[in-house]
Amino acid sequence: MNFFEVVFQPGIMDIIVKMLIILVKAVVVVGVLMLHVTYATYFERKSIGHMQVRLGPMQVGPHGLLQPIADFIKLFFKEDIIPAGADKPIFFIAPVISIFAGMTAISVIPFFNGFVIADINIGLLFILAMSSLNAYGVMLAGWASNSKYSFLGSLRSSAQVISYEIAMGLSLVGVMMMSGSLNLSDIVRAQERFPGGFYWPQALGFFVFMVAAFAETNRTPFDLPEAESELVAGYFTEYSGMRFALFYVAEYVGMILMSLVAITCFLGGWDGPFAIPYVPFAWLFLKLYFFIFLFYWIRATVPRYRYDQLMALGWKLLIPLALLNILGTGLVKVLLR
Amino acid sequence: MTQRLWPLAVYFFLVIAMVAGMIGLSYVIGQRHRERETGQPYESGIVPTGTARLRFDVKFYLIAMFFVIFDLESLFIISWAIALRQSGWAGYIEILIFISVLVAALVYLWRLGALDWAAGKTEKER
Repeated sequence: MNFFEVVFQPGIMDIIVKMLIILVKAVVVVGVLMLHVTYATYFERKSIGHMQVRLGPMQVGPHGLLQPIADFIKLFFKEDIIPAGADKPIFFIAPVISIFAGMTAISVIPFFNGFVIADINIGLLFILAMSSLNAYGVMLAGWASNSKYSFLGSLRSSAQVISYEIAMGLSLVGVMMMSGSLNLSDIVRAQERFPGGFYWPQALGFFVFMVAAFAETNRTPFDLPEAESELVAGYFTEYSGMRFALFYVAEYVGMILMSLVAITCFLGGWDGPFAIPYVPFAWLFLKLYFFIFLFYWIRATVPRYRYDQLMALGWKLLIPLALLNILGTGLVKVLLR
Repeated sequence: MTQRLWPLAVYFFLVIAMVAGMIGLSYVIGQRHRERETGQPYESGIVPTGTARLRFDVKFYLIAMFFVIFDLESLFIISWAIALRQSGWAGYIEILIFISVLVAALVYLWRLGALDWAAGKTEKER
C-alpha cells in the first residue's frame, strides 16, 4: 500500500470535509463573539451615557460607531509592562486562562437547532467547570502582579466567584430535573412544552441564577473586585496593553456567556413566539441583546454592595433558596411521574 | 463520543491561536520603555513599600474550603437530578436526607459565625 492509497482511502474525504466544516463553524463563532464583545463596550458606553443624560462616544465615526475599533487598534500599540518583582510566567498565563475559560464555555451553546460546535452530553457541567476555571485567572493575576491593589482585588474576587459558583450550580439543578439532561440542545427542546421557557416553572431558580450571574461576572452591584474608589482596577491593576485587553474581553465574554446560559436554560433558547424566516438565530440574539442591556441597566441603577452583605447574600440567602427550589421541583416531578 | 469531542479540540486550538496572535502582534508593534520607574507597581503615586504578598484574612481560606465541600455535594445533587425519573420516591427521600445534612452543615457554619464578614463582633455578641 503506497502513500496515496493510505491517504485517499474511501471515506477520508468525508472526514476532511467534516473537519473543514467544524473549522469554519469555530471561526464563525469566535469571529461573531469577538465582534459582539467589541460592540458590547460601545453599547455599554452609549447606554450608560444616555441614562446619565450624556451622549457617550461621539467623535470617531457617525455617533462614535468606530470608537471600539479605534480603542482596539490603540491597545495593540501600547506597551506590555511587567511590574518589577512580578512572577513572570504566572503573570503571562493569567489573562490567557481567563479568556480561554470564557470562550471555550461558549462552544457548547446551541445557537439554533442543530448549530452547536461541540454537542457534548455534559454541556451544562462543562460550562460550570469552565466558569470555575476563570477564578484561577483572577487569583493568579492578583498573586503574580506584586501589587497590593491587585492582591486585595484578587482575594475578594476569587472568594466572591467561588461563593456564587455554588449558588449558580444549584440553581441550574432545577433545569436539569425538568429536562432530564445536561445537553443544552436537549434542554432547549424540553422547553417547547412550556410557552416561553423554564423561567416561570423555575422562577426561583431563575432568580438565583441571575443574581449569581451578576456576581460571577463581577458586574455592578457586585463589582467589588474592581471597586475603583478603593482598589483602582482590582486584580488587573498592573496589566497594560494587550494583556489588559484580554481581561477586559474576558469580562465581556463572561457577560455574554452568562446571558446565553440564562437564555438556553430558562428562556427557550433559539425558540421564539413565532418563527422568523431565513434567520434561525434571530430570537437567540434578540434575547442576548436584551440581557446585555439588562447588565448595563442595572449598572446604571443599583449602587455597589458592601462586602459582608455580598457574602451574606450568597451563603445565607441564595444557597438555601436554591436548595429549596431543588426539593420543591423534585417533589413536583416525582408526584407527576 | 469521540465523534463529538474533537470539534471541542479544534475550537480550543482556535481560541489559543487567536489569543497568541493578539499578544504576539502587540509584542511586535507595541512600544518599549526602559526608565527608572517603568516597572514600579502602582501604589497611588507613592513609592511602594514592603512586599505585596501580604498576610491575608483566614476567612478567605475558609471560604475556599467551604467551596470545595459544597461544590462536591452539588455534584451529587446533579447526578441525582439527571436520574430523577428512574429513581422516583426512593431517590427523592435519599436526596432529602442528603440535602438535610447539607443544610445542617450550613446552619452550623452560620451559627458558628463562619459566614459573617462584618468586622468588630466580639465572641460575646455572637
